[in-house]
Amino acid sequence: MGKTAVEKLISDKIGRLVSEGEFVECPVDFAYCHDGTGVLVIEALKRMGVERIRDPENFSIVFDHSVPPYSDQAATLQSRVRRFAREQGVKKFHDMGEGICHQVVPERGYVAPGMVVFGADSHTCTLGCFGLFATGVGATDLAYILATGKTWMKVPEMLRVECRGLLREMVSSKDLILEITRVIGTDGATYKALEFSGEAVRAMSQSSRMTMSNMAVEMGAKTGFIEADEKTAEFLGRDGKRFRTDQDAKPETVEVDASSLEPCVACPGSVANVKPVREVEGAHIDQAFLGSCTNGRYEDLYEAAKILRGRKVREDTRMIVVPASKAVHMRAQRDGLLDIFLEAGAMVGVTGCGPCLGVHMGVIGENEVAISTSNRNFVGRMGARSSSVYLASPQTVAASAVEGKITDPRRFLR
Amino acid sequence: MIRGRVWKFGNDIDTDVIIPAKYLRSVDQSVWPKHVLEGIDPEFSSKVKPGDIIVAGKNFGCGSSREQAALAIKWAGVAAVVAESFARIFFRNAINNGLPLIEAKGISGMVDEGDLIEIDLDRGIVKTPRGEVKSAPLPPFLQDILGSGGLVEYYKIHVKQLQK
Ligand code: SF4
Repeated sequence: MGKTAVEKLISDKIGRLVSEGEFVECPVDFAYCHDGTGVLVIEALKRMGVERIRDPENFSIVFDHSVPPYSDQAATLQSRVRRFAREQGVKKFHDMGEGICHQVVPERGYVAPGMVVFGADSHTCTLGCFGLFATGVGATDLAYILATGKTWMKVPEMLRVECRGLLREMVSSKDLILEITRVIGTDGATYKALEFSGEAVRAMSQSSRMTMSNMAVEMGAKTGFIEADEKTAEFLGRDGKRFRTDQDAKPETVEVDASSLEPCVACPGSVANVKPVREVEGAHIDQAFLGSCTNGRYEDLYEAAKILRGRKVREDTRMIVVPASKAVHMRAQRDGLLDIFLEAGAMVGVTGCGPCLGVHMGVIGENEVAISTSNRNFVGRMGARSSSVYLASPQTVAASAVEGKITDPRRFLR
Repeated sequence: MIRGRVWKFGNDIDTDVIIPAKYLRSVDQSVWPKHVLEGIDPEFSSKVKPGDIIVAGKNFGCGSSREQAALAIKWAGVAAVVAESFARIFFRNAINNGLPLIEAKGISGMVDEGDLIEIDLDRGIVKTPRGEVKSAPLPPFLQDILGSGGLVEYYKIHVKQLQK
C-alpha cells in the first residue's frame, strides 16, 4: 500500500520506513520560539543542566508576543531571552519589530520543503504549507530538542481535505478553512496530520495557503500539510525535497466544494461555530482587527484596502491593522495601503501579534464585540470574559468596519 | 494508584480559560495556580484541594501551546486529569511536567462532581462509584517520562548519562 506524504517525509528523516501510529524518535531540522515561550525554554534548559544548545545555527527566536513590551515584567523577561540569544550565539534572533515568528521564519527562508520543524507555539503548524512537517510543542519539549536535536512523536494518520473547484470573488482561503473547521470540528483531526489538496489549493497563493495551514491546530491537527510547488520555492527563496501522498495511499478524505463557498464567520465561543456571513449580518461590532499570523500578510492588507479605499470606518467602531512582519509593513507603506487605512480612520500598529491574544494594543471591554482575522474566538480571548469575537476574512472584516456591523463583503464588489 | 475527589468540566476546555494570557508574562510564577481555570470558574483556585482530580469531556487543553496551563493545574495541587480526549500539545506538556493524565472514553457519564475516583495509570483503569472505565495505558517510554517526574528529570537521568 502507498504512503502518505507525511509518512514518507518522516521515513526519509529517520532513515527507515515508518507507518502511521508508530512512536518514533525523530531528528529535528529547525526549531524556533518567541519571547513568550522563550522564557520557559531557558528555564527548562537550566533545570536540565544544559549549558550550550546543540545547534544554534538551526534555531530562531522571534520577539512577537509582547511587542513592544506592555509592562515592566514583560520587558524584564524579554531581556532575559535576549541575553540568552547572545550567549548561545543564536544568529537567527529577531528582536521586536521584525514580525510574527510564523511569518518571519519562512520569509527569511530558514526552512525548506522536506524538513522537520518544531516550534514552541501552537501555530507552528502554519509552516506545513511549505511541504514540510511542522508542529507546535510546549517549552520543555523545545528545550529537549535544543539539547538533543531530536524528539519523540507518533507518526500521524492523515486526514486529507480535497478542495474542489475555485474560490469565487470576495471569498478567500480564510472562508475555506473556516468551512473546513465547521465540517471537521474542533477535535476532528486530533493527533492527525491534515493535508489540504485539490484545485482551489493549487491555485491559491503561498500566503493564502499559510492561512489554511495556520488553522490546522484549531481542529486538533499536528500540522496542515500542503505539497510544495514553484510558488512555495519562490516564497522561501529556496527549494528542498518534495514529498507527495501516493495515489494508492488512500488516506481518509473529506471533500469540500470551494466553488460554491460564500463568505463566512466563526461565531463567538467556538472556531467551528461557522455560519455564512449573511446569516449574522447586522450584528454590531466595536472593534475590527486585521492582522495576526492567520491573515496579516500583504495580500490580506491589499484585499482589505480595496474595500476601505475612499471609505471610512464607522464612527462607533474602531479598526486596528497590524502587519505580520516588517517586510509586509514596508511593502504596504510603499504601495500606499497604509495611507488608505489611516485615511479611513483605522490605526496601524507595530508588527507582531498585536491584539490577537488579548493583552495589549486593543483589548476589548465588558460585552464588547470584535471581528478579527485571527484564529481563535475562545471565551475572553481578546479581552473581558463577557466580550466576544467573530473570526472572518480580511474582506469581511474591512466591510464590517465600514458598516460598523457584520457585513457581507460582496456588497462591496466594484 | 491515585485517589481523589472530582471536579467536573465540559468539552473543549481551552488553555485560554485554563490560564488567561494576561497572567503569562509574570516574573512571579506563583500567580499561575491562583488563576487556574479562572476563565470558566473564577472561584476554582480557592475551592480545589491538593489531591483532587479534574474530569473533563473532549479535547481538554486545546488552543495555545502555553505550558503554564499544565503547570497551573499541577501547582494548584491537582493529582491527575481524566478526559474523554486531550489536545495533543497539552497532552505532551502535562507528561513533560509530570502531571498524570489518562484518556478515558465515557468518563463524563460515569462521574459527578465531588465523587471519589481511583486511577491506576499502569493498567489504564479509572474506578468510579458507577464502575470502571478502561483505556489504553500510556506507552512505556511516556510512563518513563512521567515516572521520572517530567522531561527535564528524564533528560537528566537517561540522556545526559549517555552523552557523557
Ligand atoms: S498572531 Fe496570535 S495566534 Fe499568531 S502567534 Fe501571535 S498570538 Fe499566536
